[in-house]
Amino acid sequence: MSFLTPDETEALLLSLKISSVAVAVGLPFATATALVLSRSFRGRTLLDGIVHLPLVLPPVAMGFILLMIFGTRGGVGAFLKDHFGIVLVFRWTGAVLASLIFTFPFQVRAIRLALEARDQGLDEAARTLGAGMLDRLINISLPLALPGLVAGAITAFAASLGEFGAIITFVSNIPGETRTLPLAIYTALQTPGGEAEAARLSALSIAIAFLFLLVAQTIMGRATRRSDG
Amino acid sequence: MSAEVAIRHRRGPFLLDVTFTAGQGVTALFGPSGAGKTSIVHVLAGLTRPTHGRVVLQGRTVLDTNEGVFVPPEKRRVGLVFQDARLFPHMNVETNLLFGWRRMGKRADAAEIARTIQLLGLEPLLRRAPKHLSGGEKSRVALGRALLAAPDILLLDEPMASLDVGRRAEILPWLERLRDIARVPIFYVSHSLDEVARLADQVVLLDKGKVAGFGSVYEILAGRGAEKPLGAVLEATVGEKEGDLTALHFDGGKLLVAETSEPGWKLRVRIGADEILVAREAPAAISANNVLPAIVTEVRLEGARAEIAMRCGGALLVARVTAASVKRLALAKGTEVFAVIKSVTVEA
Repeated sequence: MSFLTPDETEALLLSLKISSVAVAVGLPFATATALVLSRSFRGRTLLDGIVHLPLVLPPVAMGFILLMIFGTRGGVGAFLKDHFGIVLVFRWTGAVLASLIFTFPFQVRAIRLALEARDQGLDEAARTLGAGMLDRLINISLPLALPGLVAGAITAFAASLGEFGAIITFVSNIPGETRTLPLAIYTALQTPGGEAEAARLSALSIAIAFLFLLVAQTIMGRATRRSDG
Repeated sequence: MSAEVAIRHRRGPFLLDVTFTAGQGVTALFGPSGAGKTSIVHVLAGLTRPTHGRVVLQGRTVLDTNEGVFVPPEKRRVGLVFQDARLFPHMNVETNLLFGWRRMGKRADAAEIARTIQLLGLEPLLRRAPKHLSGGEKSRVALGRALLAAPDILLLDEPMASLDVGRRAEILPWLERLRDIARVPIFYVSHSLDEVARLADQVVLLDKGKVAGFGSVYEILAGRGAEKPLGAVLEATVGEKEGDLTALHFDGGKLLVAETSEPGWKLRVRIGADEILVAREAPAAISANNVLPAIVTEVRLEGARAEIAMRCGGALLVARVTAASVKRLALAKGTEVFAVIKSVTVEA
């Protein structure tokens, strides 16, 4: 990364770390949520709405709410600190939480589409062959939904790289701890003569996002073509 | 007694209301599309839970809505071969074959697995992915998969429906072998009289969600229990025009009819048992357009009447004649005859 300064490299690596962890932590929960949402039950619309809420919620407002809840004087924040020694506010782990919440709908949506597109007939066939619910989930539904899972994870990862409002509100803009790529761009713009750095980082962000989007599209395309069992 | 079935189930405007008791061997569920054949199979397998019903399979009550008994499909030990095979696309043939075996107590030993694979001619396919199989190969894998799970009862839901005529002819011998080695009762869903005639020991004739007849293959073909005596149902392909008439090709010859469909179309032809005459010699001057050579496979006498079952190529024809005619023509199993067909009904 010779064309980046050490500070910029640090911001890039931090961004990648926060997004990776957010996606890895979120994926099992998103899969579970997608499974629940792919069935019909009372209150499905409500749950669906809650899951998709972060898509329309102002990020700064969300960051503020997180600060209220997880701040060391907030109820949950104080509890976590006193009993487990966990502090999220002003830490990179807090940025993970903010990213996770904002990218959760992307993951759920992609996984749910894949699960709903699966062939119910295969599930029936597996049942008559003695496979119980968990067995069918692990051996039939999830493997067939795998491309959707991967695509959802990649899209979420790419979207997570751009998260700004919630992170800066909740965990501030601390170099090496919470200064991700978007925050580094913002900081550069605040610095006199920092336009060149901002431009470099912006180009880098766009390139990374575009690359991951292409990968996700390719995987989804393959999955559609493969589904003629 | 292999199965006692009583189902009353409404879905939209369709009411399925059937009661029958099937014995050992192959029981065909036979009738036109929409008669409720697949619905019955789904109830037997537990994939549909009817509003009212009682199903006893091999002495085990798997459904009784009055007593609140419902054994889920995964615990029923019912093997089901679907119309569309439904192989798992992310597993190769071998993994597909052993899917049910692994989950249903591994009843078959290595020798039996090898025998089944050999019987269905699956050795060369074991490492293949389902998408690289032909329609006929998929059907065979689906059959093997259901068999190796060692079910208490085997349900075949039109396992050849997605195959063309040539492929069907290729699969039928496999099914006949399957019938001969399977030690469990088989329910075979079909709307093809040829298949039923070749495979079934008994027939449940279904129409519009009701049992329209029940009995042996020949009893059903001869129309006992059914409203109209049926002589044959043939799957035919429209051929070229011959004068004013159109040729319909079926597995056993051709019929000339006043039908105007485009060549290449697939049709079903129904012939009433009273519309077929039997002659010992080819009649030279006759008004009927269709005279087909055939071989008598069975003669059933009942009082003054008789049914003559004849094989014409791959097709089965049943004629209703008088006992006197049987005597006069000296008809017996193996007699070479000519079936004179007075009229046919062409279905779309």
